[in-house]
Amino acid sequence: MTSVQDPSLTVPTPPKGDRGGNVSIARNLGLVIALVILCVVAVASAGDRFASTDNVLTILRYSAVVGVVSIGMTFVITGGGIDLSVGAIVALASVWATTTGTQAMADNIGWIAMVFSAVLVGTACGAINGLLIAYGKIVPFIATLAMLASARGLAELIADRKTQIIRNQGFTDFFGAEPLGIPVIVIIFAVVVVAGWFLLNRTTFGRRTFAVGGNPEAARLAGIKVQRHTVYLYALLGMTCGIAAVMLMSRTTTGSSTHGTGLELDVIAAVVIGGTLLSGGRGTVIGTLFGVLILTTLSNVFTLNNLSTSTQAVAKGVIIVVAVLLQQRIANRKT
Amino acid sequence: MPPTARPLLEMRGIVKEFPGVRALDGVDLVVRAGEVHCLLGQNGAGKSTLIKVLAGAHGVDEGTILWDGEPIVFADPQAALATGIATIYQELDLVDGLSVADNVFLGHERARGGITRDADMNRRARELLATLGHSEIRPTREVGSLSAAGKQIVSMARALSRQARVIVMDEPSAVLDPDEVDGLFRVVDDLRASGTAIIYISHRLEEIRRIGDRLTVLKDGATVAGDLSAKDTPTSELITLMTGRTVSSVFPRRSGSVPDAPPLLSVDSLGRTGEFADVSFDLRPGEIVGLAGLVGAGRSEIVETIYGARRASSGTVTVDGRQLRNGSVDAAVKAGLGLCPEERKSQGLILDDAVYRNISLASIDRFARYGVSGEAAERSAAHEAARSVDVRPDAPDRIIRTLSGGNQQKAVLARWLLRSCKVLLLDEPTRGVDVGARAEIYTLIRQLADSGVALLIVSSDIEEVLGLSDRILVIADGSVVHDGPSDAIDAGGVLDRILATHDHQKEDVA
Repeated sequence: MTSVQDPSLTVPTPPKGDRGGNVSIARNLGLVIALVILCVVAVASAGDRFASTDNVLTILRYSAVVGVVSIGMTFVITGGGIDLSVGAIVALASVWATTTGTQAMADNIGWIAMVFSAVLVGTACGAINGLLIAYGKIVPFIATLAMLASARGLAELIADRKTQIIRNQGFTDFFGAEPLGIPVIVIIFAVVVVAGWFLLNRTTFGRRTFAVGGNPEAARLAGIKVQRHTVYLYALLGMTCGIAAVMLMSRTTTGSSTHGTGLELDVIAAVVIGGTLLSGGRGTVIGTLFGVLILTTLSNVFTLNNLSTSTQAVAKGVIIVVAVLLQQRIANRKT
Repeated sequence: MPPTARPLLEMRGIVKEFPGVRALDGVDLVVRAGEVHCLLGQNGAGKSTLIKVLAGAHGVDEGTILWDGEPIVFADPQAALATGIATIYQELDLVDGLSVADNVFLGHERARGGITRDADMNRRARELLATLGHSEIRPTREVGSLSAAGKQIVSMARALSRQARVIVMDEPSAVLDPDEVDGLFRVVDDLRASGTAIIYISHRLEEIRRIGDRLTVLKDGATVAGDLSAKDTPTSELITLMTGRTVSSVFPRRSGSVPDAPPLLSVDSLGRTGEFADVSFDLRPGEIVGLAGLVGAGRSEIVETIYGARRASSGTVTVDGRQLRNGSVDAAVKAGLGLCPEERKSQGLILDDAVYRNISLASIDRFARYGVSGEAAERSAAHEAARSVDVRPDAPDRIIRTLSGGNQQKAVLARWLLRSCKVLLLDEPTRGVDVGARAEIYTLIRQLADSGVALLIVSSDIEEVLGLSDRILVIADGSVVHDGPSDAIDAGGVLDRILATHDHQKEDVA
């Protein structure tokens, strides 16, 4: 076979080499710098109250709930979709896992039943979303909007709008523990981040997620079962909602239909700030992690400085816009 | 390796229906191992559907497919790939966000238990790229950063990685420069020598002569002639088979010399930093000036700057004696300019809108009173314009997406005819247009010039530019390297001028 190097055929080299799928180092660096600046501002304004171990653990505990769902959302958005119902799914999962029925089962089998129940409900809701979108051909925005309404409604029905208190001591003990000083839910968060990173970047599942989001027709013609994969993505997100529900249950020792209100906005914001493109085809778990940390640290700084949640909301909006504008500038420079 | 006796792939009487249309109506195709079999046909003849059927992306309603003599059915793309048919599509089917290696192994990733073996894939991809003669493309590079030619190479590497026995190439040279096409043909030769069969779809008859062994002609979803010799069948016969009409000469004759009137369009030292510099020429009414050059030379940028779609950093554009405001399409259109853009679908048409609305797009003001549009008048005027250029089918309410490339292009031309524009800028007017419609567009262009319109044509087809234009400008790397009458130079001469610039640059760098 001939292998003559013809200079006129040479394809020009781009300014920065890029590993397929991962967002460039530069973008993550930007996020790290943003986080560092935030911390500096925090220390400057609140000193010891911010830098204490207690406070850092509080930030991490709050990050865990949003973070776990954000990892799942990263997969769905990279795959070209979106899910507005995550907050409602968390609520439904928490309610289902804390009904008298489930708690009775937990008394017999062990508190693991409640965890199973929450994760199962979450995954099922996610799968329903996936089926509606992939096979029902309903636009993700609409399908998950419908789920948002129905799931929360169902949660309210099941709980009769009452808060369901967790009686199982084993459950509270396990999730309240702090091995080596680190809360269990933070450990679970870390595990999810690592597993998520591995799944997205080192497996065929992850590779196909990029394909399905980047060019679904190309994926189909290459032999990838696009519809089935889409269902998996939403089911995966549902599963992370179930995990988040368990975390919320442990933090509040209750299951309630009001859990997770507004969660979807924080989650999507974190994913977008992290650098995953809403249009699909490009995604980063590390970026999402930073997005989550930036958002929670910001809330923390505001709270420590006694600034109202309204001010926080405005700040969040500004940050999202700035983050996306920067992303677009970087993206335009690369091509 | 000479083609073997028993065919590798045989299609008999293939019928494929979609709601409302019979896309394939009895297709026969015989392909042998180690041969390049070309598929010819106008847009709408069924080539794309046939490719999708072979790739397993569509099922078959009637007819049989035989592989190695045995009947076979492709349930999905994976089945076709597993059998040994790989396809390289015209609209490249790559994922921009993944690396070269990832794309090469898309759908059949090298993995153990779901975990990808990246080093293995990178190594294998590197080997395939070297086989194709492109070891400078790194397997870890993001596909979105490659040029169209580079992406094509990745597509080919993917086909090779499947160890296919039949590779289907859909218009592979559409996005390539002449010398890149040479590289493509080298690869095709190598594949043929190793016993792989190639099904090569192209509009360009010169390429088919060069690379093809045998050919089949499709018309209206059916095979009108199969298994002809690619090199020996006369062009006129092929065109007659494809279109059902006889076509005499390709380029219409010029009526006479260009009228000696003051220039309608004057471009003076026009430049855009980083794209082109110091472009100057005049366009007289009834004159056709062609911009020839390679892909990336800056011709489209020049045309878009004249039109006001890009801001010039230096120089001026004057129409009928009045200088145009820089960077204003509105001013250009009001002064009488019109543009038929390069990317017809994304830049020139509202695909989901009706034909008449696409045509009246630049003239809505004319039919509106106090902002309220005059539908009836608009529609009938647009219909008139569509009829004058023979847009087929004659149905102005049809969604323009359903029209063939040639008819879409005629609709864009009609848009500017409706506005009676004085200067028409045409960027690749016959790209994606089949042979029959191409002749019609040439005639239209000639008629426009004869009626006094000044035309500026950009085309990568050197023969086309030379055949249509009165005067030709050769553009290389953003500057004009030649300016003269088109009958004083030939295709070889144009290429010489372009390559001379490249050589100069190499000397500068060395």
